[in-house]
Amino acid sequence: MFGEKALELIKELKRCGDGLLPSFNEETVRQVLEEMKSLFEENHKDVTASSEGEQGLFPGVQLRHAALERNKRILLTYLNERATSIAELRWQMGTVLPPDIRSRLAEHELSWLQKYNKSLTAYMRAVGADITHNLKPPKSLLIEVRCTTEHGSIELTSGRTLHLSRGTHHFLERSECEPLIARGIVEEI
Amino acid sequence: MSQYYKNSRLNDDYLSIDSIMASQERVTSTFRTKIRNLGFLDIGSDARDLEVGVKMELPYWLAAFLCNKRRQIVEVETPKQYRAGQREILNADPVVVDLHKLGPHFYKFGSLFLSFQIPESLNISRCLLETFQGRFKHIMDISQNCLNEDLSKVKSKLDECEKVIFALGQDSLKDFQNWQTRESAKLKASKMIIQQRKRKRNELD
Repeated sequence: MFGEKALELIKELKRCGDGLLPSFNEETVRQVLEEMKSLFEENHKDVTASSEGEQGLFPGVQLRHAALERNKRILLTYLNERATSIAELRWQMGTVLPPDIRSRLAEHELSWLQKYNKSLTAYMRAVGADITHNLKPPKSLLIEVRCTTEHGSIELTSGRTLHLSRGTHHFLERSECEPLIARGIVEEI
Repeated sequence: MSQYYKNSRLNDDYLSIDSIMASQERVTSTFRTKIRNLGFLDIGSDARDLEVGVKMELPYWLAAFLCNKRRQIVEVETPKQYRAGQREILNADPVVVDLHKLGPHFYKFGSLFLSFQIPESLNISRCLLETFQGRFKHIMDISQNCLNEDLSKVKSKLDECEKVIFALGQDSLKDFQNWQTRESAKLKASKMIIQQRKRKRNELD
């Protein structure tokens, strides 16, 4: 039956569930596009034949058209669903994605993310505030964190360098911790 | 932010994964017009064309396109789970029925199926509504009162849409408890990072 390849894409997204982005399935997307192309060509052939006087081809044309529409819907959903999760990543992790997540995005998704970044930054500049910070209402300026990985040194906005190694406790400014916590490098205690 | 977006999946819309899955359910259809050159769709036969009277299990999206007010290329049968016999069972006690077995998208597919305008439509829609009403209280009850318990047995009987409702109930219960213990004010790592860690740990084991 038509449209089965496309459904695989949707099933893949569903299987992965919330919060995990699978690699862009270029191979299947290509196969779906090929199926659509051949459907379109056959329809084109049949419509030309009909206009030359052949009878009884229209039901077939309609069936193929339904399959075309279905494939289109599924592809659009696939792209939309991924774009939404990518946008969410931007809010959770800031402008730089960890390399293993980044490698799961396709070329066009990366350029989309770049554009999304650009408009978000432009907006934040216009309102004069970083709206991706403090998504939860802050209760204090400084918070205590414990480091969970061997991360190495980072430079703080104050100019001080801080060495993050597993199991160490730090008392840091909240705004500085937020990205570190989002990436799972430190955890709040 | 994402949660509100995902919840909107309860409603039907073009870009909804659940809606796409529901419209993939099969409907038994009989062809009333000959379709030329597409005989290969009927796997059982070698004919070149789809003849009048051929019976096939078509996915809902295709059947709905080929059977409406304007076109009558196929004729559809009511799926078993919405027929009178099953409706009586649901009427008797909706809570004990395994809706997941009756098609994981019982409500959604049911309401999609109503678009065919068959004589039974009114009864089916009433049955869908009453089943939902009958089960809703039970679902809310278990989702609000069981935490840290194995619920997989209860959950396996739920339809996809009920699962969303159940998860919402559980989440709100957890959120409330987190708020009471002041956990909710804490900053958390991104969901994707947490998932990925789990996966890596599994690979190591």
